[in-house]
Amino acid sequence: MSALIPNAAAEGSIAISGTAAPKAPAALLLEVDQLAVEFRTRSGTVRALEDVSLALAEGETVGLVGESGSGKSVLSFAAMGIQDPAARITAGSLRFAGQDLLAHKGAAMKALRGREMAMIFQNPRVALNPIRAVGRQIEDVLARHTDLHAAARRRRAIECLAEVRIPDPERRYAAYPFELSGGMCQRVMIAIALACKPRLLIADEPTTGLDVTTQAAIMRLISELSAERRMATLLITHDLGLAREYCDRIAVMHAGHIVEVGPTETLFAAPRHPYTERLIAATPVGAASLDDLAAIEGNLPDLRRTDLPSCRFAERCARRGRECDAPLGLVAVGAQHSVACHRPLGTESAEAQHVAFA
Amino acid sequence: MIQAILKRLLGAVPALIGVIIVTFILTRALPGDPAAYFAGASGSQEAIEEVRVKLGLDRSLPEQFFFYVRDLARGDWGSSLTTGQPVLTEIGERLPASLELTLVGLILAVVVAIPLGVLAATRPGSWVDHLCRGITTAGVSLPTFFTGLLLAYIFYFLLGWAPSPLGRLDPYTSAPDFVTGFYLIDSLIARDLETFRAAAAQLVLPAVTLALFVLAPLARMTRASMLGVLSADFVRTARASGLHPLTVLFTYAFRNALLPVLTTLGMVFSFLLGSNVLVEKVFAWPGIGSFAIEALVASDYAPVQGFVLAMALLYVLLNLMIDIAYGLVDPRARLQA
Repeated sequence: MSALIPNAAAEGSIAISGTAAPKAPAALLLEVDQLAVEFRTRSGTVRALEDVSLALAEGETVGLVGESGSGKSVLSFAAMGIQDPAARITAGSLRFAGQDLLAHKGAAMKALRGREMAMIFQNPRVALNPIRAVGRQIEDVLARHTDLHAAARRRRAIECLAEVRIPDPERRYAAYPFELSGGMCQRVMIAIALACKPRLLIADEPTTGLDVTTQAAIMRLISELSAERRMATLLITHDLGLAREYCDRIAVMHAGHIVEVGPTETLFAAPRHPYTERLIAATPVGAASLDDLAAIEGNLPDLRRTDLPSCRFAERCARRGRECDAPLGLVAVGAQHSVACHRPLGTESAEAQHVAFA
Repeated sequence: MIQAILKRLLGAVPALIGVIIVTFILTRALPGDPAAYFAGASGSQEAIEEVRVKLGLDRSLPEQFFFYVRDLARGDWGSSLTTGQPVLTEIGERLPASLELTLVGLILAVVVAIPLGVLAATRPGSWVDHLCRGITTAGVSLPTFFTGLLLAYIFYFLLGWAPSPLGRLDPYTSAPDFVTGFYLIDSLIARDLETFRAAAAQLVLPAVTLALFVLAPLARMTRASMLGVLSADFVRTARASGLHPLTVLFTYAFRNALLPVLTTLGMVFSFLLGSNVLVEKVFAWPGIGSFAIEALVASDYAPVQGFVLAMALLYVLLNLMIDIAYGLVDPRARLQA
């Protein structure tokens, strides 16, 4: 299956139309550096992200995994500048192709959003305007970001629908979301996101709310389009299987921290963070029975607490030791592989108990 | 579309038949004897009987009903006993007065309530939001006759800005030629700006009174609906696509938020039409509400039946218009032929 996800950095030669220089070292596109996001609520300040650093190179697909509430969406919303009004970026920086996204009250972000960086969401049926024809919704984006005139916009909108393999795009142009299936709606949303040929696509659980066969088709479409356009893709999911299948690298989030980041194969073969290991063990695979699945004990800590431990997984961790109270940061443990843990797992690890995977 | 509208109108026929039967029975069931009323306090027993026979009230109820329906089918809605005028003529004169007042009040309310609701929703907790809450609370808690009297007291009696609250025109102005029955429109058609100004001046206070009353439900619904829509997933998608904030607000959020507002609008409109009697009384407005009340007091059957029937017809048309408007906004609600 991994043949479907060309690692663009390694297989740059498939890049279309020769615009991208093949084999050139991929430039960093999105750089998240020590980002911290807080939510001020009545019941206290939620420290939703802390010291989060992540970089995406051009053409690279990175998975962001973690259980619900771990901050995956907060991170992506902050990167797009569409976070909740209650959210505050309190530290760190966001850069896109070298531009500071947070400077001048996010002026650069406003200029790039929807054009250079685009995002698709879960539950496509409710993520599209229910009372606007889908073609018009694509045109709205084109009208905002291009100087195409009305007729050209319409042509381009139909082209966009065709690009996401929607059959009979001329007719679908005038369809409303309620007339389309969930999978079709997700294709439309991808068409909206890709209308201006962005260099970065953030896909926030793009297959949640779709049935399994459609999920595969949508993921294949996303990875094909990413490869065609050498588009960097950040795939946010709680489905490790999905991430393993489609991502070059995976970042694991827990309670607002990135606890481990590394190349997909390495991460699955030898997870270093106990949380990653537990997450892999908790992922249902093929014929495995329910008994083989290990739930992760405990819950995410309450992020409003003022006495949060430096390792937010410590309270759920079986390997917890005295050194775990010391300040913590990501430490490189291999090529492109780093982990934030004082007592990381050795290389012998989890593949043994999860050998059935893949 | 036309087919769907005709179908809807046909579908209203059973309801109208029901309305005709029920109002007929209800008027007969009311206490009070029109024959005694019109024979006068000093009328003898024979005089009363004479009036009764003249009115056809000595016949059995089914017979009376038969004659009533037969007349209706011929387009004869009967005559008012108090004025001697045919009911249809009276309604034709008075309905435009009520409609003009209600429409102007409603337009005023919409023009204020919708921007207020939208602003309150986009800035929760701001002064606009508090203003919105204050106005809506005042609007629902103050009865219309009170606001009406208060406005008349302040703007006519104390300040003298408004003309005397006595009907649609001051005594020195004559009504414009009848075209629509709406003085504002008719005076413009006649190019008589003086009359237009006079009619508008008379209209301001009662219209504002009505508007204040209707403002509350409209502004609240707009605010609540906008708040709901602004946190919807598709608005987030629109923001993530980098659309202009105004496009997001109007093309995406507001059009979706409009649906419940339209429903509320239809409800308050139909409610107002029948119930602005109090405002009409306070401002001596020669509308249909005061007409119906006077007829009811006199047990004058024909105008009461005529009033109810006219209202029923109006409701049918109004609901149809709301449904059409709904379909214009929401493709899911388009009328199916």
